[in-house]
Amino acid sequence: MNSSGKSFFIVMALLAAIIGAVPLVVTNPYYLNTLNVVALHVIIVTGLNMLIGFAGHISLGHAAFFGLGAYTSGILTGSYGWPPLFTIFFAAAAVACLALIIGVPTLRLKGNYLVMATLGFNIIVGVFMVQLDNLTGGPSGYAGVPPLQFFGRSMDSDLNFYGLVWAVALTGMILARNLAYSRVGRGLRALHDSPAAAAAVGVPIERTKVKVFIFSAVYASVAGSLYAHYYGIITPKTFDIFKSVELVTMCIIGGMGSLWGGFFGAAFLTPLPELLDFFQEYSDIIFGGILLVLLIFMPEGLVGWIEKRFQGSRKEAD
Amino acid sequence: MTGWSEIAQYIMSGLTTGSVYALVAIGFCLVYNATRIVNFAQGDFLSLGGLMMYSFLVVSGVPVWLSFPGAVLVVAVVGGLLERLCLRPARSREITNLIFITIAASILMRGLFKQVWGKDAMALPPLSPDQPMRFLGATFTPQNMWVLLITVLCIALLMLFFRFTLTGKAIRATAANPRAAALMGIDTNRMTMYSFGLAGALGATAGALITPITSLSYGVGVIIGLKGFAAAVLGGYGSFAGAILGGVALGLFESLAAGMISSAYKDVFAFVALLAALFIRPGGFMGVTEKERV
Repeated sequence: MNSSGKSFFIVMALLAAIIGAVPLVVTNPYYLNTLNVVALHVIIVTGLNMLIGFAGHISLGHAAFFGLGAYTSGILTGSYGWPPLFTIFFAAAAVACLALIIGVPTLRLKGNYLVMATLGFNIIVGVFMVQLDNLTGGPSGYAGVPPLQFFGRSMDSDLNFYGLVWAVALTGMILARNLAYSRVGRGLRALHDSPAAAAAVGVPIERTKVKVFIFSAVYASVAGSLYAHYYGIITPKTFDIFKSVELVTMCIIGGMGSLWGGFFGAAFLTPLPELLDFFQEYSDIIFGGILLVLLIFMPEGLVGWIEKRFQGSRKEAD
Repeated sequence: MTGWSEIAQYIMSGLTTGSVYALVAIGFCLVYNATRIVNFAQGDFLSLGGLMMYSFLVVSGVPVWLSFPGAVLVVAVVGGLLERLCLRPARSREITNLIFITIAASILMRGLFKQVWGKDAMALPPLSPDQPMRFLGATFTPQNMWVLLITVLCIALLMLFFRFTLTGKAIRATAANPRAAALMGIDTNRMTMYSFGLAGALGATAGALITPITSLSYGVGVIIGLKGFAAAVLGGYGSFAGAILGGVALGLFESLAAGMISSAYKDVFAFVALLAALFIRPGGFMGVTEKERV
């Protein structure tokens, strides 16, 4: 129910053990690949969930940060020969700067205006990815991104990348959890519940919002860099507004403002379209239908719904 | 150098797309005023308008004067159903949740359109035979005229509807204060449904008008819908006058920038202008800038 205290770390250790054991059972590269994409989504959604759940701001522009991370890493390593590991940090720093520049004026906006501004940002970035084809390869994408190397091992095989990306994802979740229970995090939660009260007790509202916006952008950027080095090819379509919508949907379906919610949202929605491929041309209809039913009847998200079911017994245990 | 005739041309096409953005933007405003949510299925109303028009006019051979209102009526019903079947039964009244219900509905609708009409682009003929006309050096088609004419007509009809009919007044009352409206005996749920129906009708009108000029496919409404949303935001979300102004301003700006600077970056100009406008005036042209209440 709460991600504070010891229970978070117990569940986290369990999860890490399960994730570590999976490759012993699952050897099919196709499944491993899907799990790797789940981990990439977990990274982005964890950051995004901090913004949505704690600061109460919806961003429909995070696929742009995801893409900027991917393209910065991809182009600098592929065209300019920079070392891959270094460019991940460089891309993250560059995206952080951009998020700061955009965040300051954007986060002053409210509701629909904020949604529009983030959407607009994503569309602008998307057009540049397509149009600057000397640099980005245009609509067909940028190919030839070298893989990451660790201890002489190439991180583009599904199994090697599995270890790397899940380590990053779980570390990201732990960091986010610690941030949520730090001074900044308490300020954020106060902000979500009542901005006025938070301001009254001295939480620097604007600055806290911008900080968490940057934090979430950096998560998206790191996921993007990892994505680029894993696949070796990146296309603008991967980072369009539909991706942004998909990412926010993961937060909502899983449970807004809950770290586990983000995790389960990503774990549920990522493989769903692949599973629905079975229905071929009907897959979009079924996907939309499932989303619709979940949103109408389970607005608290998967994690919230489970909590509600177990709340009775949980209370007695406390 | 760009000559005057070219500028006149850009203004003409800007006014045409601007009118369509305005129609879509008014649809966004109607729904927003009734429910405080952004209806992301608005763009799909536009697609459906064009697609139904195609089915009536081209596939079934129904005359134009009948297939146009027919398409509008069908989409109006779909709009009403969206409210009745998806939003009203929602367990949560939280805005974010409701907005994402419209997004899910949009995904579902696009899936259905793709299933029924296929993935390929279709050619929808204009309302009257194409005969290019010249005016101030600009060439335009009767369809340009139809777009402007019908947009003005729609806006006039809407104004009359909201001012002089009981239902129109009831919708306005519901928008102003749902509780008070309910206490006066207004069925607010029904008024919300009517708002969605009207939004559907406006989207369909926009779709039937613009798709002969652009092209028609199952996903044509997505980007036009977003531009309509941008227009509504630019004008001040919820204000009809703002929606019209925002739509025309966005259409003109986009067309001029695309024509005189670069057409590849058309969307960049549109959205950069939008962002700049928002940063300077966070509530849009006609929007009331909300004061923080502590």
